[in-house]
Amino acid sequence: MMPLLAVNSIGEYLVSLDFSESIAFTIAASIHVGLVLTFFGVAPLIFIWLERKVAGRIQDRLGPTRVGGRFGWLQTLADGVKLIQKEDLCPEEADKMLFRVSPYLVFVASFGAFIALPFGNGFVAQNLEVGLFFILALMSLEVLGVVFAGYSSGSKWALFGGMREAAQVVSYEIPMAICALIPVITAGTLNLVEIGHLQAGLFTNWLVLNSPFTFFAFFVYFTVATASVKRAPFDLAEAESELVAGFHTEYSGIRWSYFFMAEYASMFAVSGIATFLFLGGWHDGLGLIDLLDKKLELTANGWIGQYIVNVIGLAIFITKGTGLVFFQMWVRWTLPRLRIDQVMMTCLKYLLPISCALFLGATVWPLAIYSVLPKHRTVFSLFGNPTPIGDRLYRKPAVAKVVEKTVKLEPIAETTSVPAAELHGKVQPKAH
Amino acid sequence: MTGHQLLFSIFALTTCGGALAVVLSQNVVRMAFWLIISLGASAGLFFLLNADFVGTAQLLVYVGGTLVLLVFGVMLTASGPFSDFKTRPGETFMAGIVALSLLLMMVFTVCSVDWKKVVAATNQGVPISTAQSVATGFNDSEEGNTARPLGMALLGIRVDHGIDSGANANRIGYLLPFEIASMHLLVVLIGAAYLARAKRRVQEI
Repeated sequence: MMPLLAVNSIGEYLVSLDFSESIAFTIAASIHVGLVLTFFGVAPLIFIWLERKVAGRIQDRLGPTRVGGRFGWLQTLADGVKLIQKEDLCPEEADKMLFRVSPYLVFVASFGAFIALPFGNGFVAQNLEVGLFFILALMSLEVLGVVFAGYSSGSKWALFGGMREAAQVVSYEIPMAICALIPVITAGTLNLVEIGHLQAGLFTNWLVLNSPFTFFAFFVYFTVATASVKRAPFDLAEAESELVAGFHTEYSGIRWSYFFMAEYASMFAVSGIATFLFLGGWHDGLGLIDLLDKKLELTANGWIGQYIVNVIGLAIFITKGTGLVFFQMWVRWTLPRLRIDQVMMTCLKYLLPISCALFLGATVWPLAIYSVLPKHRTVFSLFGNPTPIGDRLYRKPAVAKVVEKTVKLEPIAETTSVPAAELHGKVQPKAH
Repeated sequence: MTGHQLLFSIFALTTCGGALAVVLSQNVVRMAFWLIISLGASAGLFFLLNADFVGTAQLLVYVGGTLVLLVFGVMLTASGPFSDFKTRPGETFMAGIVALSLLLMMVFTVCSVDWKKVVAATNQGVPISTAQSVATGFNDSEEGNTARPLGMALLGIRVDHGIDSGANANRIGYLLPFEIASMHLLVVLIGAAYLARAKRRVQEI
């Protein structure tokens, strides 16, 4: 019996135990969904507690202190119990079917994004080749649930909230996609695990330091991502001072809490994307994890070492993501909310042209480095790797190998057979 | 029934059920909701066929883009809350004719394919595309990596013909037609915006 952790995916392991393919597929899919769902449930629990603590500290209060011991760390759980017990109200004026369904739409869209989000080297429920595209597509569905919630509530506050959300998200999606494209054209792939592999080693290999354009793109992306998950200062959809509670005015109990779970999970999702696209993914920035990987591969039983390294990578990734989420909270409790016209102006007049210019610059930058300054490449390599990583796409494998050797892109060729659950494609249609 | 067939029937039934509900419901926003269900399930069918890129594009373009605009438009233009959508008999008749002719065309198309040949080719294991030949270290197309062959074909390199073969010499690719189509869409959008604005100005005078 082969050790479970050594195989590439749970599905492969089950097939090796003489399970039929469909049963193995079902079991493995349930395990993956269960793990992701656990993270999806637990992360908001912690983030909501963290939000209260951060808000308290910034406003010179203590935040929750009593529930569950010293730091009030069970506060969110207590709230959750309260919310489950609350009556599930549905207003008389509402379109009842849509009103009931829209929280689930938000929930499913936000949860779906986590299916393709890697949590480390190989810890990904479904390692899609178009992972980033998939996550962005699913997160763009979230707005539909919010709009439906606002529309179907039969309340003017909710309708205004929904309208604002639609206008805001539709506009902010454009610069967000453009900014996410900048590291993609630098890396030459949409696969988040591969983008993570490209940033191994020192933190100068992180894509945020790859060129001036990716550097600024990171900040633009983060601003736009904050707006697209409707966090302050862009939380116009639920502006308490004007719209009572915006699109979720009429909701109560567990349905209300679905919106909040989705919001906090989405905060982590956009932060996770930022971590993978700009901040090195699961790499620590000093090359320690690569060293550890090599050491453990030689000494221990191969798979044990690999697994330990993956768990450390997972911890590093979650730390980075949580750091960005913390930053979003910090911004929320520091800056005042914008007006709706200011929100739209920020996006369409400033962020959109800036992101377009950055995109153009990021496209031209590697070519300029290659053609104009061939002799000064060493100088530029101090600030990250100036060669176009995406260059390897347009070369034949033999040539690409040579390029990899000269510009030190070690991990591309060897490590991309990612040990993930690529179950999705495993069940092939069999012609009879 | 294999798991694949089970998943296919779930997605196919959801697609058809959603489409039926779109036609049968009266409220425009509810129609949009059922359209989400239908289009989302058809994206699931694409994923089942290992066409990840197309499935994701379906989600992004149709569900995330077009439907949001549709709902937005309805919310901006609706005269009252939950306004219903009433069709005249003539419209129903015209729509019926169009739908019927579309159905007939699709039935003829499906019937004109020699499926025995296709099944035989699949049994012989004819590769649909060989993405591995482009670069090492990527998932092959059977695992859903269709983005790479698609992108190469846009640039004029058909991976399924082999990158070194003569078939790829002097090929232009699909990038230019694609760009022309997208420019066309942009022109249409600007034109629509202009028309909408001009109308309002006339009313103001």
